[in-house]
Amino acid sequence: MLTNRAKPVTNREMTIPERIYLPAIVNGMRITFSHLFRKKVTVDYPAQKREFSEIYRGKHVLKRDDQGRERCTACGLCAVACPAEAITMVASERKRGEEHLYREEKYASVYEINMLRCIFCGLCEEACPKEAIFLTKEIVPSDYHRTGFVYGKEILVEPADPGKRIDVSKRQTDEVLEFKKDMTRQHNR
Amino acid sequence: MTVLIFYKIILASFILVLSLVVAMYSTLIERKVAAFLQDRLGPNRAGPWGVLQPLADGIKLLFKEEFMPNTADKFLYILGPALTMLIALLTSAVIPWGPPVVIRETEYPLQVADVNVGILYIFAIVSIGVYGIMIGGWASNNKYSLIGAVRASSQMISYELGMGLAIIAVVMTSGSLNLNEIVDQQTGFHWNLWRQPLGFLIFLICAFAETNRAPFDLPECETELVGGYHTEYSSMKLGFYLFAEYINMFISGAVLSTLFLGGYHFPFEDRLGLPQNLLALCGFLAFFLKISLCGFLFMWVRWTLPRFRYDQLMRLGWKVLIPLAIFNMLITGVVILL
Repeated sequence: MLTNRAKPVTNREMTIPERIYLPAIVNGMRITFSHLFRKKVTVDYPAQKREFSEIYRGKHVLKRDDQGRERCTACGLCAVACPAEAITMVASERKRGEEHLYREEKYASVYEINMLRCIFCGLCEEACPKEAIFLTKEIVPSDYHRTGFVYGKEILVEPADPGKRIDVSKRQTDEVLEFKKDMTRQHNR
Repeated sequence: MTVLIFYKIILASFILVLSLVVAMYSTLIERKVAAFLQDRLGPNRAGPWGVLQPLADGIKLLFKEEFMPNTADKFLYILGPALTMLIALLTSAVIPWGPPVVIRETEYPLQVADVNVGILYIFAIVSIGVYGIMIGGWASNNKYSLIGAVRASSQMISYELGMGLAIIAVVMTSGSLNLNEIVDQQTGFHWNLWRQPLGFLIFLICAFAETNRAPFDLPECETELVGGYHTEYSSMKLGFYLFAEYINMFISGAVLSTLFLGGYHFPFEDRLGLPQNLLALCGFLAFFLKISLCGFLFMWVRWTLPRFRYDQLMRLGWKVLIPLAIFNMLITGVVILL
């Protein structure tokens, strides 16, 4: 018994109130009537949207650092961690004069996530050693074609404009925040 | 004389429009009641609180494709819904809607036809009601329709007996078949409901069965019979069937209030000292309120109780309600004799 709600079955005759059936009807109608005044569960959708959790796992974002450089170094750990095999990337070497674009010497020239394969588990985020990929509160919109669901860097990388940065602080774990304070690490400099 | 005929025509058309509008909005109210009983909101997109929903539904039904099965009997196929609608509307003729109105010292009764056998008339019309369903189900040439129609006819015939016997007890206490007289005996709170509680209960149950409403909606029984007798109907013909159900509901609410709930009488009406015409208006509103409460009861029951199984339905009709109604008659007779 998992719920303790199981009732043993008996074959007894119905009692007279049960056979008259009216008390049961009245009781049922009392119950339905009480529901008339209950709070309605309907969310009046277009007018009123259900609140997302602060740490909702939606569309990914590829973060830039404070100076607007892409954090991703194309190490491929996210692709390895991905249980749905939704992530592919092509690594390239940073050329001279691109230091303001890419944080490290290696970067992802192509970074694609197939949103139809993605299960939004967040393991890529956990695997990332560079705090480059995060899941956001945004939803992946629907489309008419499958090809439209392979998101490249033009969608995933966050805007360089500091005003348009995507806030992911809610998804950063306490351990990460603690780690970021450690200025002896090269990662945090 | 011409004035009277003119007046009757106006009154009849007013009642016709009233029944149609009430039936129209009953569909919305039914959906709203259903929604509220299930913790939902119900239709609220068309106009505020969905008040335009019935219009939208009507327009939709009008513009739907008129489909008629190849093998259907064309004449009967069209006759079915027409007859159902006609009969649903006919019953309202003898119902007294309010105290008489006085215009230039002439009394105008708020009743289209003051038939002295009003109850008999209602019975006659209600029992024709089964023809619309039977003909429609038969003419569709479809097994589901036919089964639905057969169910409807046997159900309505069975429950008419119980209903009739319950009314006989009312007629015995009031000593009249005239609806006006029956209403006038129920001034204040002297409703027939207190004199005939058992009769009221039997009549109520039979009214549910007669209007094919849940828990007795076996004729349309969508879980087993697709749509029952109106499976093959589409567009406004289907609309007529669905509409007729709501008109029937409205009319049975009216009959129920007339026979058992004091009709257009409301408590303390003689003490208010209202002028006759205002009294007529208040009486009409009181009557309408009673009908609305009956309508709400119909909906409330529909969204509470599951459908009966067919053998249970027949057992309830023949083995429970009819003996009970006869017993009720007996008791009434004994009480009157003493």
